[in-house]
Amino acid sequence: MGLVEIRWHGRGGQGVVTSAEMLVSAAIYEGKYAIAIPFFGAERRGAPVVAYNRISDTPIRTRCPILNPDYVVLLDERLGRMIDVVRGLKSDGVLVVNSKSVPEWVDRKDIRIATVDATSISMSLGLELAGIVIVNMPMLGALIKVSNIVSLNSLTKAIKAKWKGERMKQNLEAVTRAYNETVIW
Amino acid sequence: MPVMPLSGNHAAAYAAKLSRVEVVAAYPITPQTQIVEKLAEFIEKGELKAKFIRVESEHSAMAACIGAAAVGARAFTATSSQGLLYMSEMLWWAAGARLPIVMGIVTRALAPPWSIWSDHIDVLSQRDTGWIIAFAENAQEVLDLIIQGFKISENDRVLLPLIVAWDAFDVSHTIEPVDVPNQNVVDEFLPKRRKYRHTLDVENPFSYGNLAYPKDYMEFRYSIYDSMLRAKDVIEQCAAEYDRLTGRYSGGLIENYLCDDADIVAIAMGSISGDLKVVVDKLRKQGVKVGFCRIRYFRPFPSEALAKCIEDAKTILVFDRDISFGSEGALCLEVRATVNREGLDKRVYGIIYGIGGREVRQKDLENIIVKAYKEELNHPRKLLWLNLKHV
Repeated sequence: MGLVEIRWHGRGGQGVVTSAEMLVSAAIYEGKYAIAIPFFGAERRGAPVVAYNRISDTPIRTRCPILNPDYVVLLDERLGRMIDVVRGLKSDGVLVVNSKSVPEWVDRKDIRIATVDATSISMSLGLELAGIVIVNMPMLGALIKVSNIVSLNSLTKAIKAKWKGERMKQNLEAVTRAYNETVIW
Repeated sequence: MPVMPLSGNHAAAYAAKLSRVEVVAAYPITPQTQIVEKLAEFIEKGELKAKFIRVESEHSAMAACIGAAAVGARAFTATSSQGLLYMSEMLWWAAGARLPIVMGIVTRALAPPWSIWSDHIDVLSQRDTGWIIAFAENAQEVLDLIIQGFKISENDRVLLPLIVAWDAFDVSHTIEPVDVPNQNVVDEFLPKRRKYRHTLDVENPFSYGNLAYPKDYMEFRYSIYDSMLRAKDVIEQCAAEYDRLTGRYSGGLIENYLCDDADIVAIAMGSISGDLKVVVDKLRKQGVKVGFCRIRYFRPFPSEALAKCIEDAKTILVFDRDISFGSEGALCLEVRATVNREGLDKRVYGIIYGIGGREVRQKDLENIIVKAYKEELNHPRKLLWLNLKHV
């Protein structure tokens, strides 16, 4: 595997940064190198947030901004109407979006689209905090399904290392269900 | 040794914990706060047996560290930007009292206008305080340099406080795999802090910090100057010993990346270094003989090591993430002084980049090096401001 670059779009409170961090944890179990870069500005709950991942078989030295990601993961489909979320996404790159179907605002023909109804999965598992549905875990499941950058097994290990008890079970269930339910259009 | 996903800030907290710090005194400021939050958590859980002293300002934070270090405790603090400026007076007291203290600084631009993003002017404004100053490239090095920092600072040939600095967000908040050494390895490298002749002792009272008349004052200054020079050897020795125990060479005054046969050498500090190395690799494949020299320790300034590194180069590009108004970048001035002192014949170009977090792309770095290679850069008198908008 060469260098794979990912950009995450979501809203403050949905768990974007935690997703990027969990991907680093999972990569470590496979002896891979990964970094997670949360973009830091005036973040607050509900406001658009961005984070990045780089994953590779070899050590990652670069810290420059990611301009042409291989994957864009979108946790809130409605953000696509406000910002150009696929900006710079490579030709043949994949947009992984939390949606039941392909969003009507996608205007690029050269990219692939994967969808998963992460909101329903998280809601059915009770993954909510202060009125915000936390959809990061199903979106991670969808991303690894379409990308194979880390295995479901490694992500499972990372989740077990981070959470205990009920929360761990909910997160594992969310990831696994999304992994199985993701549709590539 | 477990590999953990850690941000630069959490790597710093783990380093302080592994160094068995006994006193932590700090005041929160973005982007530093996570470090002391994590340390407070370690202390609360009982994983770190230390006293956390809550203070009302950075000035008091350093005062508390000075008190702790004066009676023989291992003390740690961290700050950024405005907090560091507020603390500044006490930095001189810490160094003048010859107290080993280690401080993490997450580099951040100074106001006004407000900025929480990185540049190096906060740390470099403390250049002459008598603190040893190191810049880390990534989270791994943050951890390694803090652990080594205590050993260097506590060495009785040195006895000077030490700053480890790393870039806001690019390192402080970026999460990457960090190899965390086992406690027994760190214990072997860094034994318990010992008492010195000047460690305060109620059984044997004395005072210091008194008035020094002109017949005495200058020797105190010479003594710091002299210890700072001696620190150069100690820094190299500590890096070698750390390598022996952990299997990782992660320290030393400079990093020489393909400089030996280079016609052009780029020089920089901190997180830009990884991208410069990637660009060097790329240009090397195209036949451009370029190298990169990273200044890991800004104080003491590694003039001799740098001179050797750039001996055969014709052109030097110095990337400064700071500006000394009315002159040029602080690092560039050091490089020019080294070139001059060693009687070297080089063209030295100063480049100002990344001020207040201004974005830098690999392409920008590549373009400058290629221009220098083709001898298309303006006269060195003209300071180059990278990605400056029209003003």
